Amino acid sequence: MEINAGDTAWVLISAALVLLMTPGLAFFYGGMTRAKSVLNMMMMSMISIGIVSVLWVIFGYSLAFGNGTSKFIGTIDFSGLGSAVNQITENGAAYPIPLLSFVMFQLMFAVITPALISGAVADRMKFSAWAVFVAVWVTVVYFPVAHWVFDFGGSDSTGAGWLASRGIEDFAGGTAVHINAGAAGLALALVLGKRIGWPKSPMKPHNLPLVILGAGLLWFGWFGFNAGSALGASGQAALAFTNTMVATAAALIGWLIVDRIREGHPTSLGAASGAVAGLVAITPACAFVAPWAAVVIGLLAGIICAFAVSLKFRFGLDDSLDVVGVHLVAGIFGCLAIGFFGTSFTTGSGDSAFTWGAKGLFYGGGWDLLGVQALGAFSVLAYSFVVTLVIALILKKLMGLRIDPDAEVAGIDLDQHLESAYDFTSTVGGVLGPRTARVLQSQEPS
Amino acid sequence: MKLITAIIKPFKLDDVKEALEAVGVQGMTVSEASGFGRQKGHTEVYRGAEYTVDLVPKVRLEVIVDDADVDAVIDAIVAAAQTGRIGDGKVWAIPVETIVRVRTGERGVDAI
Repeated sequence: MEINAGDTAWVLISAALVLLMTPGLAFFYGGMTRAKSVLNMMMMSMISIGIVSVLWVIFGYSLAFGNGTSKFIGTIDFSGLGSAVNQITENGAAYPIPLLSFVMFQLMFAVITPALISGAVADRMKFSAWAVFVAVWVTVVYFPVAHWVFDFGGSDSTGAGWLASRGIEDFAGGTAVHINAGAAGLALALVLGKRIGWPKSPMKPHNLPLVILGAGLLWFGWFGFNAGSALGASGQAALAFTNTMVATAAALIGWLIVDRIREGHPTSLGAASGAVAGLVAITPACAFVAPWAAVVIGLLAGIICAFAVSLKFRFGLDDSLDVVGVHLVAGIFGCLAIGFFGTSFTTGSGDSAFTWGAKGLFYGGGWDLLGVQALGAFSVLAYSFVVTLVIALILKKLMGLRIDPDAEVAGIDLDQHLESAYDFTSTVGGVLGPRTARVLQSQEPS
Repeated sequence: MKLITAIIKPFKLDDVKEALEAVGVQGMTVSEASGFGRQKGHTEVYRGAEYTVDLVPKVRLEVIVDDADVDAVIDAIVAAAQTGRIGDGKVWAIPVETIVRVRTGERGVDAI
């Protein structure tokens, strides 16, 4: 098969767009923490880019998409990707794009998924424990779950993941990314425990403009996440793009309506959170529903999540930045919504006609689609929650998860990274440390 | 009347505020401050270059109270701000000649 330049260009650009989401997430989360822990929050995303990218080349891609016969995991070959340069992508069908473009596109999903979890553990987790957690978690949770959902097997579908072969409709990762990260955040926050002083003392966001910047970068990058999942510059990609736009816009409005009615004022944090809730909810559905349905899904997601985020106070769970309330809740909602709004589309005509999508309840398709959506959503939730709980308990035993309480109170940035994010005043010293002073002194002419 | 000034650890502010409300103090002025006493500063590192930050962030809290209340208020601040570790801060009181509530023009103890 000849490489298609347009498709390849779109997938490569999409991969870069999805990469940008992780620093975007760092801003989104970082702005919501207190000023003394913003660097640690952002570093949890940054280290995820580092660790997961390296693991992906060594064995991650192979574990997720390797051409074995298992429904539950790829191959455990040392892939190294050296032989991939001249291959095209096969994933249930042959795509006229280089395999490496698909490898990189999928890598960006693997990078952002553990980064999403970090919002649940703000201000208090040892950075070393987080780094080990990321490496272990992607290996035993993300790579297998990505195989379940995203691997449609070779061009004859052998070795497809068990959810993919049962016909689950998850276009861009509502299950493998968002439900997966949300359930893991819930488990990790449970093992880690509350921050000192939570919920009594105020832990308000220190920089809302950063949060809005982050939401904007996420929204921008999400076009790659969703429309790029078409793996081609096609009508399907344009549909996913459209739905991503309008669902997010509607969710932003939905959350603000709740804000306005409940608090009396539309809040900027509500607008940013609503947009992200809409992006999450439309992720699985983006190529399977009509744009009008995307508006409905987005609006409902914004409203539902605006209520869901306050539940953590009732349960006494310090899911600090609402990974559960936004990603888990909107992820489940989006997956199930396909069972109602899902429909079938055709692009092209004659020999080049391409038809995809199954009909949900509102299109007379019966309960089958909703059933498989629910199966997918809850099996990923259960697997991720249980395995994350086990990983977290083992790491707690082996190396400890939390920083020293004094250091937590003084600020995790200084304790774990030896830095402070903001220096607004020149009155806080600036004397060179002894090691640096010695170096400078040794250079002075005697 | 006395002006009581307390320099405390920033994270103790909530506890001190609650303790002061409990002994009947109705207002206070709080500002961010930095300085050092016996507590050493800390080191930060940027691209391998170390910086010793010797001025430690603190909170300065000021209340004006009637002479009769001075000891109770100081005791409340000390009890709430104490961690027993170096850097807990200082509290002192100095006489105040007069005080005026700007809105009404009231003077003296009535204006506290």
